[in-house]
Amino acid sequence: MKFLEQNLVALDLPAATPEEGIRAAGALLVDENLIEPRYVDAMVESYQKNGPYFVLAPQIAMPHARPEDGVKEASVSFVRLKDSIEFGSETNDPVRFIFALGASSSEEHLLVMKKIVALLSKPENVEKLKELSSYEELQQIIGRN
Amino acid sequence: MKILCVCGLGQGTSLILKMNVEEALNEKNIMADVEHIDLSSATSMSADYIITSNELAESLQDQPAKVIVVNNYFDVEEIKSAIDANIAQ
Repeated sequence: MKFLEQNLVALDLPAATPEEGIRAAGALLVDENLIEPRYVDAMVESYQKNGPYFVLAPQIAMPHARPEDGVKEASVSFVRLKDSIEFGSETNDPVRFIFALGASSSEEHLLVMKKIVALLSKPENVEKLKELSSYEELQQIIGRN
Repeated sequence: MKILCVCGLGQGTSLILKMNVEEALNEKNIMADVEHIDLSSATSMSADYIITSNELAESLQDQPAKVIVVNNYFDVEEIKSAIDANIAQ
């Protein structure tokens, strides 16, 4: 399981469209050999097919696909966009935080999801995501959960 | 009582929803069987309630189960309010 490790986090990346944002967050997982490149395509296809339902809280998107779309290890990356973009979510747009989920069929999947819930269920943590300027600051937030 | 938490793929989003729905139900001392599942499988399952996002709710309107919309999946207070408004106790 790889959860928001240093190489899986990128702050203030530019993206003009939801597809670019999803691909940027997916690329972090590909570069660390946690998912296959085709999984990134599957995340984009899921967005195009099912819409922005994975924008699951204000500002927060969690794109993902299925384990069989090419996940090697349960994992989560994080991209904070330089500027927020519209995903088409009626209630939760615009999106600034993208957490790409490498959805695994292993038991680690549940652990990864619990870590995401622990991090994002606290509004004060989401506030800190806006302001943090280094990986160390993110690490402090994660460490407290 | 059976509750389905539904998302597009049944992998990530619906699992988060299930975790927080279970927490909300626990706090309210409501016993329920909560499952997370993808949209297409959900249409062929029977349940008392379906909890999902605004975007997917439209596709589930023909289901016999009552559909409950949650906007912020991390907001247990919103989920509790939705339960109060929709689930008879």
